[in-house]
Amino acid sequence: MWTYNKVLEYPVKIKCPNAKLAKFIISQYGGPDGELAASLRYLSQRFGMPDQIAKATLNDIGTEELAHLEIVGSIVHQLTDGLTAEEMKNAGLGAYYTDHGVGVYPQAAAGWPFSASVLAVKGDPIADLQEDLAAEQKARATYEKLIDLCSDDPDVVDPLRFLREREIVHFQRFGEALRNVQDRLAEKRFFMNDKNCINNIVNNDCDCRR
Amino acid sequence: MLGCNNENRNCGCMPNNEQNCECMGNNLAECDCHYTPQGINAAFGYNTMGMQEEGNNCGCSDNIEQCCQERNRIREEMIGQIKCLNFAIIELGLYLNTHSNDQKALCLHKEYCRQLKELKDKYQKIYGPLSIYYPCNKWRWLEEPWPWEGGNY
Repeated sequence: MWTYNKVLEYPVKIKCPNAKLAKFIISQYGGPDGELAASLRYLSQRFGMPDQIAKATLNDIGTEELAHLEIVGSIVHQLTDGLTAEEMKNAGLGAYYTDHGVGVYPQAAAGWPFSASVLAVKGDPIADLQEDLAAEQKARATYEKLIDLCSDDPDVVDPLRFLREREIVHFQRFGEALRNVQDRLAEKRFFMNDKNCINNIVNNDCDCRR
Repeated sequence: MLGCNNENRNCGCMPNNEQNCECMGNNLAECDCHYTPQGINAAFGYNTMGMQEEGNNCGCSDNIEQCCQERNRIREEMIGQIKCLNFAIIELGLYLNTHSNDQKALCLHKEYCRQLKELKDKYQKIYGPLSIYYPCNKWRWLEEPWPWEGGNY
C-alpha cells in the first residue's frame, strides 16, 4: 500500500518553459529506461525474490522510482505549461500536441508510447537483479545525455543531476543485494541423515513423525 | 552520539500523545484559521516579523505584503527542511536494507525520523496536510499548490 506525500522528493522550479527540452526529457517518464519502467520492473520482480534483503531493496527502490516519476513529470509539465500550439509545433511537438495537448503522456523521446516490453520479470533472482543493475546504468547514461542537451538551463539540470546520482546509489544497493543472493546460493548445504531416525521412521515410531 | 545509548528512547517517529490535531481544540494554530501569528510563533518558537500580537487574525493589516512574503519565506524554509529529512530517511533506509547492523546509520535514521515527525506536525498545523492522514476541521487537502506546480513545495 502506498500513501501520497504532498511534496516532491527533490524540488523542481523551472522559470522558462522550453518545449524542446520537454521533448527529450519525456523519455525518462515513459521511455525504455525511464522511471515508470524502473518502478514497474522492481515492484513486479520483488514478488519472486528469495530473501529479505532483495525483497526490501526492490520494494523500496521501486517506491523511490515512483517519486522520480513525479519529478520527471513535474519537469515536463513546467517546461510545457501554458505553451501555445504554435510553440509546441516549433519545438517538434506538433504531433504530440495533437494527441495530448500540453498534458504529460508516458512515451519515449521518439514518440513510442510506454510499453511493458521494455522491462523483464524472469522469476529468477539472479537474472532479475542483473537486469536491474543494467537498468540503473542505462538510466544513468540517459540522464547524462539529457544533462548535456539541457546544459543552458540550470533549473532543468539541477533535478536531472539529482536523478542521475540516485541511479548510482540504486546500482550500488542492487549490487549488494545480488551479492547476498549469490552468497546464499553458494552456501554449503547440510542435510540431516540420522540412521536411527531413519530406522525409526521405517518402524513408524520416531518422535519426528508424531 | 545522539543519545542512542538510552534504552528508554523509542523511535521518535511514533512518540507520545502529540498525535491529536491541535485544530480539534486548544488554541494553537487551528488548521482552518489561516496563519494566525500565534500559530506561526508557536510553531517556530519566535516572533515572526511583521506579526503583532493583536487579535486572532494576522495583525499586520498595515503591511500585508511584507507579512505574506515572510509567511512564504518561512513556508519554503520549512518545506525545504522537510524535503532534506525525507531524503535522508529514504537514503538511510536503502542503506540499512543491505547494512542492517550499522549502528551509526540506525541511530541517524531514528534521529531523522524524530525530527521529521516534529517538523511535519508543525508545518501541517499551519499550512495544511501533507498526507490525508492529517485531520483538520476543514478539508484542506484541496489547497494549492500541488507539488508539480513549482514554488518549491
